[in-house]
Amino acid sequence: MRSDPSEYEMASPGTLAGALDLLRHRPGGWLPVAGGTEIMVQYSAGRLGARRLLNLWGIQELREIAESDDSLRIGGGCTFSQLRKHPAVRDHFPLLAMAAAWTGSVANQNRATIAGNIVNASPAADSPPALLAYEAELELISAVGTRRIPYRDFHLGYKKTGLYPDELLLAIHLPKRFAGWFRYAQKTGTRNAQAISKICIAGIGKLRGDYVEALHIGIGAVAPTPLRLHKTESALLEVKITDASIRDALRVLASEISPIDDIRSSAEYRRQVAANLVEDLLRSFAESEQAI
Amino acid sequence: MNRASFSFRINGESKSVEAYPMERLLDVLRESLGLTGTKEGCGEGECGACSVLINGELVNSCLVPVAQTNGAEIVTIEGIATGEDLHPAQKAFLACGGAQCGMCTPGMVVATVHLLNRYPQPTPEQIREGLNGNLCRCTGYMRIFKAVEDAAETGSGR
Amino acid sequence: MQKERIVGTSVLRKEGTAKVRGAARYIDDLSLPGMIFGATVRSAIPRGRILSIQFGDEIPWDEFVVVSAKDIPGENTIALINRDWPCLANEMVNHPEEPILLLAHADPHLLRKALDAVHIEYETLPSVHSIEESERGDVVVWGADNVFKQFQIDKGDVDQIWGAADFIVEGEYSTGAQEHLYIENNGVIAAFTREDGLTVWGSMQCPFYVHKSLVAVSALPEDKVRVIQVETGGAFGGKEDYPSMIGAHAALLAMKAQRPVKIVYDRMEDMVATTKRHPSRTRIRTAVAKDGKLLGAEIEFSLDGGAYSTLSPTVLSRGTIHAAGAYFWPNIRVRSKAYSTNCPPHGAFRGFGAPQSLFAMERHMDRIAGVVGISPEDLRRRNFLRQGLTTATGQEIREAVDLEHLLLRALELSDYHSKRERFERENASSKKKKGIGLAAFFHGAGFTGSGERYLNSVAAMDATPDGKIRVLVSSTEFGQGTNTVLCQIAAEALGIDYDLVEMAPPDTSVVPNTGPTVASRTTMIVGKLVHSAAVGLKQTLQASGFLGEKWTTDEFCIAVKAHVAKYGTLRSDSRYEAPPDVYWDDEKYRGEAYPAFAWAVYVAEVTLDTISYAVTVDDFVAVQEVGRVLNPVLAVGQIEGGIAQGIGYALYEKVQWEKGRMMNGQMTNYIIPTSQDIPPIRVYFEELPFAHGAYGAKGIGELPMDGPAPAILNAVSQAAGKDFNTIPLMPEDICAQLALKTVSLEAISV
Repeated sequence: MRSDPSEYEMASPGTLAGALDLLRHRPGGWLPVAGGTEIMVQYSAGRLGARRLLNLWGIQELREIAESDDSLRIGGGCTFSQLRKHPAVRDHFPLLAMAAAWTGSVANQNRATIAGNIVNASPAADSPPALLAYEAELELISAVGTRRIPYRDFHLGYKKTGLYPDELLLAIHLPKRFAGWFRYAQKTGTRNAQAISKICIAGIGKLRGDYVEALHIGIGAVAPTPLRLHKTESALLEVKITDASIRDALRVLASEISPIDDIRSSAEYRRQVAANLVEDLLRSFAESEQAI
Repeated sequence: MNRASFSFRINGESKSVEAYPMERLLDVLRESLGLTGTKEGCGEGECGACSVLINGELVNSCLVPVAQTNGAEIVTIEGIATGEDLHPAQKAFLACGGAQCGMCTPGMVVATVHLLNRYPQPTPEQIREGLNGNLCRCTGYMRIFKAVEDAAETGSGR
Repeated sequence: MQKERIVGTSVLRKEGTAKVRGAARYIDDLSLPGMIFGATVRSAIPRGRILSIQFGDEIPWDEFVVVSAKDIPGENTIALINRDWPCLANEMVNHPEEPILLLAHADPHLLRKALDAVHIEYETLPSVHSIEESERGDVVVWGADNVFKQFQIDKGDVDQIWGAADFIVEGEYSTGAQEHLYIENNGVIAAFTREDGLTVWGSMQCPFYVHKSLVAVSALPEDKVRVIQVETGGAFGGKEDYPSMIGAHAALLAMKAQRPVKIVYDRMEDMVATTKRHPSRTRIRTAVAKDGKLLGAEIEFSLDGGAYSTLSPTVLSRGTIHAAGAYFWPNIRVRSKAYSTNCPPHGAFRGFGAPQSLFAMERHMDRIAGVVGISPEDLRRRNFLRQGLTTATGQEIREAVDLEHLLLRALELSDYHSKRERFERENASSKKKKGIGLAAFFHGAGFTGSGERYLNSVAAMDATPDGKIRVLVSSTEFGQGTNTVLCQIAAEALGIDYDLVEMAPPDTSVVPNTGPTVASRTTMIVGKLVHSAAVGLKQTLQASGFLGEKWTTDEFCIAVKAHVAKYGTLRSDSRYEAPPDVYWDDEKYRGEAYPAFAWAVYVAEVTLDTISYAVTVDDFVAVQEVGRVLNPVLAVGQIEGGIAQGIGYALYEKVQWEKGRMMNGQMTNYIIPTSQDIPPIRVYFEELPFAHGAYGAKGIGELPMDGPAPAILNAVSQAAGKDFNTIPLMPEDICAQLALKTVSLEAISV
């Protein structure tokens, strides 16, 4: 344990209003912590810069999941265990349930929250690819009110997000319009469980006859942020999936991603596996029978 | 900073500690409460040697600030047996060779109890998944899987 | 064979109840009144000279105890084989994380801040970071030529065979470092008073090794130094040598502080600063006849030993002797060297050199099979050692071992032939390629050559006042079952219940020196000593008239109490006697290398995913001949655990080095298999009782480490249609080989 607990302050207001009030008085001066599966690791290793922590664990308003006819609202404080078990997540957003199931271990899933996963902004995080594919919208809240932004506009650069210093990620909104769509997700890690992704991908799509009507692909660990493969998708819209169009799409993919060498893997590996995964996704897509 | 008072129930008993809010639950258990059965293997939430139950959920206590446990029901390895009587999971670990050096064992037993509470008759896949956050370097897991299967057979979900 | 009551059954682990209750007490669970904490200031550079040490103003240094090399009363050495391993660096440092200063304080948080407040200026010198760099000799970092030790084994006349060979097959094979990753990190507590002397408690395998090192460092007389092993959470060799270092550190602080001192490493410090398995490079050149008969081989076996020699000579020795594999070579030369590089010294790790050289030989056998055009199993079958044939050191195999039978059994149990054929057929059209591979091998149990004679081990048994029997040995429990098996043997030999026998604490002031708990010797050799001590005890009781011809456990207990009441004590000692006709030449490295070998054939079935290039092991069959299984559950547990470590060694565990520093010193980045990564492992034993082992037992602890990596790589090479010869074999490595193939196919079809 490489940090001195006596140097850290933790405020536990217990309510959302209380938390927002603290943030209003000292924007950027409090580091919100919910499950702690990221922050406490840094703390134990003596690498946590912040000294004031804002305890969000147990604030019930952040842990609710509400379903309406056209969308699902997931509270930022929902844990991965909650997500993978919730019937509406499994039925309507199965790739998010899958991502939750392969993040960390059972014990990590009981504590790690979706807001923490998003705001921590690791490019290798497991849930962002699915959230990008499902065109999630984030609801951010401060003492002065709420605002919504498309999730795809949230990541501004490596570990830089559009969250203002006095804000919390209140909820994630997912539109229920992908019933019957083709779906595909893969995580490539260092082992089968408890593995940080070397690369992770989530894709959904719809065919009209033989032609691609819609295609959303989210991918992690190949860029400074989680990435939606807009250019690769565009290369395939209104196109038949063939060996040639796949080859073209992979060429676009190569220009769209920028993987790096790091402690877990190499740029070359990520580049090759990203291509393999997108190719596999597209071939599965072409062969899929979509239920209406 | 100042210490504060935190209260919870540990293994069925009400307890109160004076601690800094960012003290790890693991350290509060081991040092303030003398419950040394819960172990530190890595301090990064990877090995599961520090596993405990908080409000029935399996967590790594090395990643939990004590401030977040106020009012919680905590179960540690010391609370798994009932006095002299071992829990069926503990008996099975003994009979099947599920413990070798014993360092992962407290966390592994707590994870097993957690698993059997959720799935009293777990499939092999559910067993492997239920223990996927508890690393063992000695056994190769096989005797542990057998112990979990045997414990399930004697009907131990409680 | 006579049926035993206790030996051969799976009695419960002696200390098992405490372990499953969480009541077993490891070193970090213990504290002493007045105890303070110690920490280590370590080198930031791989090699150089310390120019200055500054202590930052922000720390109240007058509250601290600070120990440097100058404070060492005795020798500044952790003595293992050579005396080159400094306890604390004086002026020169030779590896990152080398210990320089020791600090102690009552507040562990302030202690950590103090570590960060020590600023050391160095003059950096050139350093060496691979076997190749070290052997080039441009930069000499140890001795005259960077070579810690070398061996040469010669049998027959290898220079004459090349002309007659139908095939000459060459190959180069490499293995990486491996971290033990015992779940309990290294830790000790030391206490010193002038009256009682020095006492060190800790997590360790060999209390008398630690004792020897402490005597040298402290300059105290032997009877003023006491070492006590406490419950140890895994070791695998990593606590054979290193505890002497951390023990000496705590002792020095305790002697200067006049207070007990605890040093417990956290995971990162343990990973980056302590010993690992020696990386290796093996080059093999073999002469083969067209029917697959092995005519001869030249093997060059090299180890990276790190900055100081520590145990490299003996690791090299074992690797050298095992390099020839389980085959009969009429002619063979093995030349081996252990090189110095500037990383933390490598040390003992289960297998101790054999996993490295056997990996090479078993990969090479598949290569030979491919060149000659016969199957891997037929090649092996034609060349196996068997009774009457001699090993590379000229040791005649005296037992009726039947490797062909083990092989056939393993192939049958794994459904090898039909799977291999099916995989070959189906792989072409599948994204998931499958492979099945085998490895045949042996492992010598006990110390090499005259080692056991030199150890001259003593075991004893005595009685407690309440009539219980104690086993007094320095052999320690760290999960492998020492306590259980030795109590089983004693209970069997005495004709009493297992519950009446207990282990005396592994305390150097209480137990005799039964040798270190290493080399797969405990059951076989120490068990035999316990057996004879028990027989001696029984005879003493019979001679004194308290015990008749037959007895129940209760009657035995009464007899013991009566004897102790009359004579004051009841004790029996037994000293090691070497078996007759055992001959070993230390100069020429010829003769009976080991008292016994265990033999095995392992089969691994794998899937290679050509999308992610990840390999998973789907099924694993392990067949071994081990003398006698004294406790089936414990024995199976040893094999399964060793196989899991072997799977990690082959596919997951990569140490990322940067100029001698381990960069991935966290469990999140140094990957061992989880419960979801291990295949079903099926273990089968054959038994040819070994006359000189307790109840016929041979050693088995290290055997399972030798087989998995080559079996897996043989399987992956089949699946991929490409040879892989380096471990750990990561998906990135496979991608680099296979992706090339697909790209070039693309170019062709365009």
